[in-house]
Amino acid sequence: MTQQTQGASGQRHVALICTRYNDDPHRMLDILRDVQDELRCISRDTMRTVADKTGLTEVAVEGVASFYAFLSQDPKGRITIRLCDDIIDRFAGLPQVAEAFEAALGIAVGQTSADGAFSLDYTPCIGMCDQAPSAMINDVVVTGLTPEKVRQIAETLKAGKRPEDLISDRFDDLTPHQRVTRMVENNIRHAGAVLLGPVAEDAGLRKALNRTPAHIIDQIEASGLRGCGGAGFTTGRKWRFAADTKADRRFIICNADEGEPGTFKDRVLLTERPHLLIEGMTIAARAVGAREGILYLRGEYVYLRDLLQEVLAERRARGLLGQDIMGTAGFDFDIRLQIGAGAYICGEEGALISSCEGLPGEPKTRPPYPVTHGYLGYPTVVNNVETFCHAARILDRGAQWFFDMGTEGSHGTKLFSVSGDCINPGVYELPYGLSVRELLVMAGGEDAAAVLVGGPSGTMIARDTFDRKLTFDDLATGGAIVVFSSARNILEIVEYYMSFFVHESCGYCTPCRVGNVFLQRAVAKFRQGLANPADIAYLRDLSATIIETSRCGLGMTSPNPILSTLENFPLVYAAMVKPPKDRLRATFDIQSAISDARVLAKRRSSIYDKDFSK
Amino acid sequence: MSGFTIQIDGVEIAAKQGQTIMEAADEAGIYIPRLCDHEGLRHQGGCRVCTVKADGRSVAACTQPASPDLTVENETPHISKLRRDLVGMLFNEGNHLCPICEASGNCELQAMAYRLGMTEPTKFPYLEPCRPLDASHPDIALDTNRCISCGRCVRASQDVDGKGTFGYVGRGIHRHIAANGADLADTDAAVADFAISAEVCPVGCILRKREGFARPIGTRDYDDHLIGHEIEKKRDE
Repeated sequence: MTQQTQGASGQRHVALICTRYNDDPHRMLDILRDVQDELRCISRDTMRTVADKTGLTEVAVEGVASFYAFLSQDPKGRITIRLCDDIIDRFAGLPQVAEAFEAALGIAVGQTSADGAFSLDYTPCIGMCDQAPSAMINDVVVTGLTPEKVRQIAETLKAGKRPEDLISDRFDDLTPHQRVTRMVENNIRHAGAVLLGPVAEDAGLRKALNRTPAHIIDQIEASGLRGCGGAGFTTGRKWRFAADTKADRRFIICNADEGEPGTFKDRVLLTERPHLLIEGMTIAARAVGAREGILYLRGEYVYLRDLLQEVLAERRARGLLGQDIMGTAGFDFDIRLQIGAGAYICGEEGALISSCEGLPGEPKTRPPYPVTHGYLGYPTVVNNVETFCHAARILDRGAQWFFDMGTEGSHGTKLFSVSGDCINPGVYELPYGLSVRELLVMAGGEDAAAVLVGGPSGTMIARDTFDRKLTFDDLATGGAIVVFSSARNILEIVEYYMSFFVHESCGYCTPCRVGNVFLQRAVAKFRQGLANPADIAYLRDLSATIIETSRCGLGMTSPNPILSTLENFPLVYAAMVKPPKDRLRATFDIQSAISDARVLAKRRSSIYDKDFSK
Repeated sequence: MSGFTIQIDGVEIAAKQGQTIMEAADEAGIYIPRLCDHEGLRHQGGCRVCTVKADGRSVAACTQPASPDLTVENETPHISKLRRDLVGMLFNEGNHLCPICEASGNCELQAMAYRLGMTEPTKFPYLEPCRPLDASHPDIALDTNRCISCGRCVRASQDVDGKGTFGYVGRGIHRHIAANGADLADTDAAVADFAISAEVCPVGCILRKREGFARPIGTRDYDDHLIGHEIEKKRDE
């Protein structure tokens, strides 16, 4: 395999891939994704070739190649299996599933088989928490895994079939929508009035074309629509800032990079309402005067690629994208699909733009803000999938209709992704203002002991506060609702989420890069029973520094799993620092402390190893 | 260029449209501690040591634009505590053994710790990285175990030398400085480059061979003065 990329023919192949993207350095992520798919690794020779072709330095190419989890410098198997390693998957039987894969393929997680056929890896949340455990097999998603199912999958693949054949014998004859829905259940549990109920096709766009751009923005502002990705910025104001900035080019970017563990509502919109999404983006383009758009799809959702490409092609053919849209002279707008490569941070607006520009997914310095200096320095509107869908519906049904739903300050409906210990995991579209308890009743999760609202960067609440409301003013959320029963270990959950943030920090700023590692280690100490009462203050203190000094939203929220459980589950921590009966408190583990010394000295300890004499 | 004033720790100073808080402070002779920022290089906002409170909001002074009537808190006990934490993180992230390091006395990380009053070990764990030393180049050695990821060499090489000798690779805690190629000998780096000069690397990561301890301990940059002294001198004048 290495010969394949290092040889002259391998490098000709790499050069051809660059040509596919006009040697444009801004398309670096596409180039490297294609290299990874076609040559299965990005070798040093490849980096050199790509650097030559795109006019960048080799280390700049390496910077991108080494940033994204789905790009690899070591050769990957022809079939790469990525097991979703979310805490929900772990609770749903991931260990047994991983074991079954290891046994069937003869490799451990993290390894590639000697014949180059298979790689087995873990990856953070792939947005299938409602049907865990799940995995990506190349571009195919398999869900609801059991050891038995794994054995069948391994057998099929080892017999030389494609991952696609796992879905259907006649996969190639299926429509993209059929393919997607055979891989992944939608699990729509409650359809609301705005998004998941009946939707009139392109009615919003038609009305938008009869209005001035200023009027469109007025309507979006009047509706009270706020961003649905989590931060909740007023959508109309965002559009207005971009429209008011003088520029030759403007961009509309859809953030379809929902990576918050426990979130999967955009997956359902992308599957069932792709036209509504593109309609919303087109309306935004009309409102701010943009001619170019990007749909940034997280790498984990690559299985939706063909479906979205088909929708874009169909809309172009129908005159809903391209030049003179719906016959409106001078209204030109088109969208390209940008696929990510495994980086949670790219859900952050600036990082997402960096990623679209072919850079490592690092947030940008603010100010200036993307609405004035975004993609390639041009005014850029970045909105979540759900936000664009809402916008299209508002244009159709009117601002007042939307404004009248929900509560003051939180208007309209919201999609909630409910998963974990409940009977009906899935997507619920409900007006803002419901209490957590009401949602739990609908989902069959009344027995919950803890609910994580908004994913790990949100808030973990306990039973006594289930009456809190799902609104921007109380429990703001991008939509993730993760339910935990009393059988779950809170500290295990917290430690998992801290390791998630360590894995996903971009590393640009000190507090997030280093501080989160320290937090994770401190929580691990609690779990091992090695913590002091003073460690509780240490957790709070370190968290405060990270929150106050971090450069972007990731570091400003990453200590939340710790802080919200310290607040709402104080006894969990207190129990772990109770003085032992003999009043001797172990604060470190002597066995692991001397393990390096054992290796270096090539002998065992006469004091700490009872079998020393042997 | 329209001028206005801002206040830093109660001192009113002049600032101009387009200036960052740090640029205005530097001109006025007020030192805001920093590690990743260096005069003549693009601002990065990565180390966060220059965190200040501007009208109550914590921001990086090196990248935050000054605006009329801004009230900035710089060397308050609270901000100094944050900075000590950040410097502590940088110390424990790498292997910083001052007594055996060539940069001791000229090291900005060490000098910053002194200025911030770090007098005892922190509670932070040591991460003890074990990255290979790059001594491939005839005149330059690179020990990234001592790197604090300030990226000054990256910007110096790119923007001043026009070379691109260094870059960041990896993500999160694994993000680090790398040479533009398999190793430093594989690049066009030269010992005379600005990026390799003593003033660019704030710690003992980029070393020029055959000049170790040329300046004896006791006569080094921060042996007599606190870091920031050069800027604060301006105010006394």
